[in-house]
Amino acid sequence: MSRTILPGGLQSVSFEAGGERLIEDLTLTFQPGPLSVILGPNGAGKSLTLRLAHGLLRPSSGKVFWTGGPDAIRHQAMVFQRPVLMRRTVAGNIDFGMKLQGWSRQERQRRRERVMTLTGLTHLAQRPARVLSAGEQQRLSLARAWAIRPQVLFLDEPTANLDPTASRAVETIVTAIHESGTKVVMTTHDLGQARRLGEEVFFLHRGKLVERGLAKRFFEQPKTALASAFLRGELIW
Amino acid sequence: MNDFGEAFAAAFWLIATLDPDLYEIVLLSLRVSLTAVLLATLLGLPLGAAVALFRFPGRQVAAVLLNALMGLPPVVLGLIVFLLLSRAGPLGVLGLLFTPTAMIIAQTLLVLPIVAALCRQVVEDLWFEYEEQLRSLGCGPGRAIPALLWDGRFSLVTAVLAGFGRASAEVGAVMIVGGNIDHLTRVMTTAIALETSKGDLALALGLGLILLVLSLTVNGTAYLLRGAARASGL
Repeated sequence: MSRTILPGGLQSVSFEAGGERLIEDLTLTFQPGPLSVILGPNGAGKSLTLRLAHGLLRPSSGKVFWTGGPDAIRHQAMVFQRPVLMRRTVAGNIDFGMKLQGWSRQERQRRRERVMTLTGLTHLAQRPARVLSAGEQQRLSLARAWAIRPQVLFLDEPTANLDPTASRAVETIVTAIHESGTKVVMTTHDLGQARRLGEEVFFLHRGKLVERGLAKRFFEQPKTALASAFLRGELIW
Repeated sequence: MNDFGEAFAAAFWLIATLDPDLYEIVLLSLRVSLTAVLLATLLGLPLGAAVALFRFPGRQVAAVLLNALMGLPPVVLGLIVFLLLSRAGPLGVLGLLFTPTAMIIAQTLLVLPIVAALCRQVVEDLWFEYEEQLRSLGCGPGRAIPALLWDGRFSLVTAVLAGFGRASAEVGAVMIVGGNIDHLTRVMTTAIALETSKGDLALALGLGLILLVLSLTVNGTAYLLRGAARASGL
């Protein structure tokens, strides 16, 4: 593994689309270590924040920074709310990301078997990806992302479209990825999930960072009125 | 009506007895059209994918142009190629006019917009679906071309077959640049036109039947392929 790209994050980033300011002067830093959860109601800008940090969107002003320079995206991966799978087999999908990293065939094969074991996909290796169930598809997205050993993995509501069993499987894998040393940054609107997985919380509201802190403290004693209202389940949009 | 029945019987006889004249024409047709489709595919797939994926000035014009050229009348294209290849034309020194090569050139140009335009649509739709994920994996438009052509393979086969359908069915272009010379540049469609006007309905009908079977085979293949693709989930 090359040198670390952490810490990284956003510095006074704003993002506008269609004349509307969707992210406003947002500054947040991802440090190596804790599993970070970005929390907030619908429309808070959680997904936008991930996309900006990952480099899929360009900020209207401010800057996105990663230690170690501009090709940081090579050391990052992202799993989307709805899995985007290619019209290939499970193995072919996992292979694709590693090929782009320029890995040799043997290297790819070894890594592929490993992540398929870790995500319970081995028996599906030769199945076309797009006939899998929603849960299997999301596990495959995670496997594809994990395969390239990213330093940072962004997860955008990874269980939003899944039933409880499939969600649990995804959470188990996310925990394993985190324990393998990858920095995980995820958005969720599921408070239970945030409590189970989160070690650090960024709480967004209407494109602004309202509060950040260690998860335990945030859930027990939120500092802001907005956060406590959100935790009580009140509608705060 | 009787004439018609007799012509049919004679046509079947020509086909069944492997009439050398008839098969010479069929083979030349296949050679010309298959070569043209092969060339048009090799050029058209990357061209269509590039128009779909790269942002350059005039990109939309290129897309509209490709779509418009799909409907270019073969005689008009034949005329243009004729002017280019004729003695006085810019490519006249090559001496290609009235040869199978000239016919291949004309049909390649005829099929190219079809393959490229359909490919552009397929690749653009896939890119719309994949873009974020591919860019997240570090795959920009350039590297996406082979990946998307592979993922669109089943739709693209249909595009290529549509191109073959157009090539094998057209009369105008090959007539003008080939000249319909017996044993040299006579293909199925030009032979049908000629024999019909001469009143030799048997040969015309025989060729017509073969052409129909060919067209059915091509379309049947396209249908089966799409079905197989859907069933396999790829």
